[in-house]
Amino acid sequence: MAKTVKNKKTTLGTKEVLFPLLETMQLIRTFEEKSGQMYGLRKIGGFCHLYTGQEAVAVGAISVLDLSKDYVLTAYRDHGHALACGMEPGPLMAELFGKLTGSSRGKGGSMHFFSAEKHMLGGNGIVGAQIPIAAGVALTQSYEKTGGATLCFFGDGAFHQGALHESFNLAKIWKLPIVYIVENNQWGMGTSWKKVSAQADFAATAAAYSMKGLVCDGMDVLNVREVITEAVEEARKGNPVFVEARTYRYKGHSMSDPQKYRSRDEVDEYRRRDPIVFLKSRMEESGLIKEEEWEAIVQKVEALVDEAVRFAETSPEPSLGELYTDILA
Amino acid sequence: MAELTYREALNRALDEEMARDSKVFLMGEEVGEYDGAYKVSKGLLGKYGAERVRDTPISELGFTGLGVGAALAGLRPVVEWMTHNFALLALDQVVNNAAKMRQMSGGQLKVPIVFRGPNGPAEYLAAQHSQALASYWAHVPGLKVVAPATPADAYGLMKSAIRDDNPVVVLESEMMYAWKGEVPDEEFLVPIGKARLAREGKDLSIITFSKPIKAAMEAAELLHAKGVEAEVVDLRSLRPLDEESLYASVRKTGRCIVVDESWPVASVGSHVAWLVSNNCFDLLDAPVELVSGEDVPMPYNHSLELAAQPSAAKILAAARRVLYREDI
Repeated sequence: MAKTVKNKKTTLGTKEVLFPLLETMQLIRTFEEKSGQMYGLRKIGGFCHLYTGQEAVAVGAISVLDLSKDYVLTAYRDHGHALACGMEPGPLMAELFGKLTGSSRGKGGSMHFFSAEKHMLGGNGIVGAQIPIAAGVALTQSYEKTGGATLCFFGDGAFHQGALHESFNLAKIWKLPIVYIVENNQWGMGTSWKKVSAQADFAATAAAYSMKGLVCDGMDVLNVREVITEAVEEARKGNPVFVEARTYRYKGHSMSDPQKYRSRDEVDEYRRRDPIVFLKSRMEESGLIKEEEWEAIVQKVEALVDEAVRFAETSPEPSLGELYTDILA
Repeated sequence: MAELTYREALNRALDEEMARDSKVFLMGEEVGEYDGAYKVSKGLLGKYGAERVRDTPISELGFTGLGVGAALAGLRPVVEWMTHNFALLALDQVVNNAAKMRQMSGGQLKVPIVFRGPNGPAEYLAAQHSQALASYWAHVPGLKVVAPATPADAYGLMKSAIRDDNPVVVLESEMMYAWKGEVPDEEFLVPIGKARLAREGKDLSIITFSKPIKAAMEAAELLHAKGVEAEVVDLRSLRPLDEESLYASVRKTGRCIVVDESWPVASVGSHVAWLVSNNCFDLLDAPVELVSGEDVPMPYNHSLELAAQPSAAKILAAARRVLYREDI
């Protein structure tokens, strides 16, 4: 049976824990706003799915991991997860610009951020296709007895893919150290999850595979941390877990989405529960952050993102000879 | 030198590679307790245990994707598809993921995985179990595709496939598993990307791969009886293709028949026929002929299913056309 952890239960923690969470969320927010601007200026082309509004999910969940042995996989809305894994903003922005200095040498673009070093395995463009791949990564961790666990993120649209149900079954029978996190941002492109899901409680379906199902408030980074901590502990014991993070994306599905399917009121309602504002105000209430400290974070990440844009702008285009490289090992 | 069946040669290759490298493991439907639907994995469960010989649920998409992930994270999985017909359920994981991860990551990742199982028609299995799907895989950059037609090549190519750092699709065949042939006792590898000269000849080239090699060799014997020496080239590797070996043969003979049991539209055979036509145009004494599977779903009835496949008689008919001779 699904279990909900209420916000009020979460404890605030120390400045050493809270400041990096706040700063990483603000870095993602700033990076995404800049990505949107650069898209408007046609520096970035194609599909570009922004993570704005969902920052608490990637930041809270990935903050629990030890990326020397753990792995992260996600879908195509991957900028936030890449930054939360510690990938540098410069090569990421350069990747959006299609430059040779990009994280994938300009060959992947927005949907395909990868870092072998940071254990961030994409950046996967086919809805739900990373779900079995992540189980395979977890199989390696189990086979090699690394003690590592894998976090696999996907959206509510992916929940209905057969790949998910096949993978849950495999993860359970093979006791894989994996945590599956559905980021239910409530809209699969322009289709409400309520319209296409037979199950109103995603986490309850975990029971169908004898897995533990948990729910967290995806707008509260501390609640995400708490629930994912529990989930990862279980996973490391060979018990796969499925977590629903209830969240919301502020922007359209991609840059080309006019968002006729939802009301401004709905978006505004979630913006009032903004994950960054929420954490910052809780820290303020407890005297854990001063206004000048917040200003310093804002300025620091703005400088990082501005530098990322400068790096991307001034980086070279790949030569046409790059067309035939990086295909076979 | 021992005489082994194609099945035994594959088993020996898997056994040796699993003994050599603990990162190599096998998974698929019925590969363990049942010894494999076609007994290719016979005895491996007892030797290597359930961690390395993993019986999967009937979830082709799931376990194929799982293999891709295991390869990304450092293992060397061998994924058995009970047949390539069922691999269609896993097409997304092979085409969108296995073949693309290296390029999409800018060369950071590699996917050392083998996908293997029987391809092409057997007997009395009807439309859904009798498809030759080579071109589905051969079409995709980022994959390697091999189609061994002898026990020695099955052994040597399987070992090369397992040691390759790229995704390799291996096309076997239900009908070939019982074929026998000499396999040297000492270990050897067959390089991926090299064709095999199956028979030397000077009058025409028959280019083929996989099970139709049998019809091609029969046709060559019938032609020999008529005083015509056919050269038979076995592609063995469909991606990368050993183009130079094809052209070398056609340069010698000036006439070419391509034999492929797949449907004719956009097949490996049609591609090879185009390559030869284009690159050997000035050397050809006749248009290149393609002997393919008939362009129909496979029927159950035996005489109909035989009529749907390449045969020595069909190759002989093509030989009459490329030789401009009605008397053979």
